[in-house]
Amino acid sequence: MARIIVVTSGKGGVGKTTTSAAIAMGLAKKGHKTAVIDFDVGLRNLDLIMGCERRVVYDFINVINGEASLNQALIKDKNCNLLYILAASQTRDKDALSQEGVGKVLDDLSKDFKYIICDSPAGIERGAHLAMYFADDAFVVTNPEVSSVRDSDRMLGILSSKSRRAEQNKEPIKEYLLLTRYSPERVKLGEMLSVEDVQEILSLHLLGVVPESKSVLNASNSGIPVILDEKSDAGQAYADIVARYLGENKPHRFIDDKKGFFGKLFGGK
Amino acid sequence: MSKDAQKTPYNPPALEFKSSTFSVPVLVIASNDLLIIEQQLQAKVLLAPEFFKNSPLVLDVQELNKQSVDVDVVAVIEVIRKLGLLPIGIRGGNARQNEQATTLGIPLHSIHTSSTTIDAKKPKTPTPEPETKDLLQTGTTVITHPIRSGQRVYAAGDLVIIAQVSAGTEILAEGNIHVYGTLRGRALAGVQGNTEARIFCSDLQAELISIAGNYKISEDLSQNIRNTPVQIYLDKQTLVIKEI
Repeated sequence: MARIIVVTSGKGGVGKTTTSAAIAMGLAKKGHKTAVIDFDVGLRNLDLIMGCERRVVYDFINVINGEASLNQALIKDKNCNLLYILAASQTRDKDALSQEGVGKVLDDLSKDFKYIICDSPAGIERGAHLAMYFADDAFVVTNPEVSSVRDSDRMLGILSSKSRRAEQNKEPIKEYLLLTRYSPERVKLGEMLSVEDVQEILSLHLLGVVPESKSVLNASNSGIPVILDEKSDAGQAYADIVARYLGENKPHRFIDDKKGFFGKLFGGK
Repeated sequence: MSKDAQKTPYNPPALEFKSSTFSVPVLVIASNDLLIIEQQLQAKVLLAPEFFKNSPLVLDVQELNKQSVDVDVVAVIEVIRKLGLLPIGIRGGNARQNEQATTLGIPLHSIHTSSTTIDAKKPKTPTPEPETKDLLQTGTTVITHPIRSGQRVYAAGDLVIIAQVSAGTEILAEGNIHVYGTLRGRALAGVQGNTEARIFCSDLQAELISIAGNYKISEDLSQNIRNTPVQIYLDKQTLVIKEI
């Protein structure tokens, strides 16, 4: 059985898709067969970040509607043969997603894959709801600012009450905090919430901090998940996150305003 | 105590008077229509049959007498007994009602809560008083997980939360509210008009606090009680926030 992970946030633009792409690639690179699904029907982006937009023939909605088989729609990643992408449809809207349909696709994928990453759209409507409904684990992506933190809190409430696990009275979804676009310099100046502030408000297990980094934009533009940029701070942060999720003990980095060896070497912005 | 008394070698007293305080539900009636009283009381009893089974109860007819509405106490007592409750007192009755109660062997209780006596003279505050006061106590709701933004919790009795309450939440209780964690949302105690209800929290950062409709918003909370453990209660229609 696969472990289903939802990457969610409530708020838009915090780095859900970047995180989904990086985590999926990280898990696959560690030798686990992984699928990543774009739930943002109508505003699909994951295929761009993964650099496979020119190979999309069939999408998630086609599979749900029975117009294509799962094997036809799954796109094999060009960097890692254990990673598959299921793109969203750009021409449909989120109402095209049905609970039974999504459940069936996830069930089918579960037979063959170790991890399934669900890249949630922003908001708390249908798309976001279905992305998290079947999840076992939730990566809550939060930026260190108040509106993002509050939206994450709202999302956590939905995760604990509206998911399949909650409805069936099973063990609740495991929730992890990913603090992204973190800038220790700005925290120091009081322009940004600190890790402690965010944790105090959300009281959630911190899986990792991803620093604000130019490498993320570069990676997105070139269609290569940032985790493959091993020299970048954000890439390393995601690698740490994957390792921690898989049970390795890695100390937290990128929280303090001291530029390490890599920081000095590469500007570390 | 009797066991101890028997052990004493000299002149063991056969009895002893002691003073003890009990918490007894008070049934305040706001109508003299026996049928309505029976229906509504039955509905309440059905909510927690075990709790109400043979539960002692004090009948309060003060509200009716204030409005000069006469009620047949004997008939009301009969209804109460029929539903399996044990009336052990009456209060706020007029001379005739008191006599009726005494004949039934039901003791008279005086009303000694200061708020109710003041209430009669003072002009009403704009806070709307709920029509039927329901001071019947129901059980305590205990929640051990954090209350997240957007969630709403309602407790018919007391509400105890052993976790944080986030901003953008609403917690309501007919009784008291205890938050053993940071309170950032809205907390409303005594929502059915119980002016004795209190709010306790270990870190006050609430958006709004209210007791029986008397409220304060975050902006009105003074800086020195913020981020501290406090209790909040009503003193003559004024919200008092005190450090604990």
